Amino acid sequence: MILLDSPISTIGQTSFVSIAMFFLFVGITMLITYWAAKKTKTTSEFYAAGRSITGFQNGLALAGDYMSAASFLGIAGMVALRGYDGLIYSIGFLVGWPLIMFLIAEPLRNLGKYTFADVVAFRLKQRPIRIAASIGSLSTITFYLIAQMVGAGGLISKIFSIDYTIAVIIVGIVMSAYVLFGGMLATTWVQIIKAILLLGGATIIVLLTLSHFHFNPLELFAVAANQNGLEVLSPGSYISNPWDALSLGMALMLGTAGLPHILMRFYTVPDAKAARKSVFVATGFIGYFYILTFIIGFGAMVLVGKETISVGGTDTSGNMAALMLAEVTGGSAFLGFIAAVAFATILAVVAGLTLSGASTISHDLYVNVFQKGISNEAGEVKVAKRATIGLGILSICLGLLFKGQNVAFMVGLAFSIAASANFPALILSILWKQFTTKGAYWSIIAGTISSIVLIILSPTVWKDLLGNEAAIFPLKNPALVSLPFSLLVGVIFSLIKPEKEAQELFEKEKIRTYLGIGAE
Amino acid sequence: MKKHEEILNSEEFQTLVKKRWSVSLTLTLIMLGIYFGYLLLIAFNKPFLATLISENLTLAIPIGLGIIVSAWAMTGIYVYWANNRYDNTVTEIKNKLNQK
Repeated sequence: MILLDSPISTIGQTSFVSIAMFFLFVGITMLITYWAAKKTKTTSEFYAAGRSITGFQNGLALAGDYMSAASFLGIAGMVALRGYDGLIYSIGFLVGWPLIMFLIAEPLRNLGKYTFADVVAFRLKQRPIRIAASIGSLSTITFYLIAQMVGAGGLISKIFSIDYTIAVIIVGIVMSAYVLFGGMLATTWVQIIKAILLLGGATIIVLLTLSHFHFNPLELFAVAANQNGLEVLSPGSYISNPWDALSLGMALMLGTAGLPHILMRFYTVPDAKAARKSVFVATGFIGYFYILTFIIGFGAMVLVGKETISVGGTDTSGNMAALMLAEVTGGSAFLGFIAAVAFATILAVVAGLTLSGASTISHDLYVNVFQKGISNEAGEVKVAKRATIGLGILSICLGLLFKGQNVAFMVGLAFSIAASANFPALILSILWKQFTTKGAYWSIIAGTISSIVLIILSPTVWKDLLGNEAAIFPLKNPALVSLPFSLLVGVIFSLIKPEKEAQELFEKEKIRTYLGIGAE
Repeated sequence: MKKHEEILNSEEFQTLVKKRWSVSLTLTLIMLGIYFGYLLLIAFNKPFLATLISENLTLAIPIGLGIIVSAWAMTGIYVYWANNRYDNTVTEIKNKLNQK
């Protein structure tokens, strides 16, 4: 086994290939946006691509929405530096998908129109539910967006050696353009192209890596174990406190089923059958992707080396591992290609988040709270577009404001709010006849507030970020407490004062939930 | 609307709804069991996962990949069931609704 010499990396040098690839991607996606813009006039077209996306296409787009640069570069880096532990994280991100399939996808598609709040509000009082659901959605989206923008700025300035500020502004402008002009149709195709590029690129890295090991992953593991000790092949220090493990696991698994930008995608397909198929396709691709990142991580550990990846111990995230591996195995042109793929990944994910934020503002808040449910098509699309511009500017500002901050905990926070605020309200409204408006309202508020408060008191923020001696709340992720708390609040408030109309409507809506009769 | 009520009260429809949730809640519980079982194993029995099953392969690797495969398999099972059984019953009920 000949090991490659420690490479002199060209990461950060202006690469013709990466810039050409980047412009090619932006060019093609802008053409798609132009095409989509002509087909995007009504609200159903803006929010849901006119329900014209097939199950398979939506499956790819869901995978595109979900596979962020953080999971591509971050998990590969985690595996490269810590070995097996990275896989534990990947598995947590995957196992929420079967639950979306079993519990959420079909009722969501049949009952709702554009946002998940449609489902919760279906038999309850519109205004309070829309307000609460907007709080849950917008806080999930905002924290997720901050993490993505800060990650994007840092990453792009490192890969393309441009200024952080410029990187953030470029991302903000390009993604706003997709959403603003092309709505859901353009956003969906950006996701699909990005998913194909990412899956294709990762597959090529894996093949190039395995070509050094006679295409036998076991040989790769053997070299990794010889170099770094057998412990890289089994769980290490990552999960030491079982309560931490359960809490994070809960947030990842149930949070996936409460992410507004993921839930929104189910309205782009024509019916429940296609919604079902899209989850199957998405689960397949996402699982495949995480297997690839596992091998990429080990490849980087062996072919690049921990020392180089962590830049002599200064970078503990290992974010550059996948890119370094791409360069070592495929040369600088291939590195350029993968760098452009990473950029495309970031753009696509923030576009999806922005679209779902804009639909929450226009559909849930503007129409159903301020206009009291009276919608006029043109007016609503106009509001959605203004919201898009607002969110574009906001995301640039947040990206600049949090520059250089450690925002990794915000992804965990977003998942925790999604799991504790959005998921309980959604599942109770689908399954529980006695659920009431007050129950739903306070459950969402309780889940959001308890997640935020507990994360501030957690070791990650209270101790590591704010520099206090000991954390007030012992767990790194709040879901283990905030999710049961939110469920409990929902149940108690519903039992205190039953809502008769809601119970009657629950029976009536079954015809739509289970047979799809009357679904939009 | 009256037709709708007849359907809602029909045994066929009620069995359909019951069956739907018994299938999906069973699958949900299995998935929760697999995943949290895995986490508990990591939290409480790392040496077991570090057991070598061949020279350079620990039990942890096939178990981890097995969970990914089980997620695929279970979504597959659900789709298969829903496409064949569930959808057929839905079509039958809808046909009856249209005939009346």
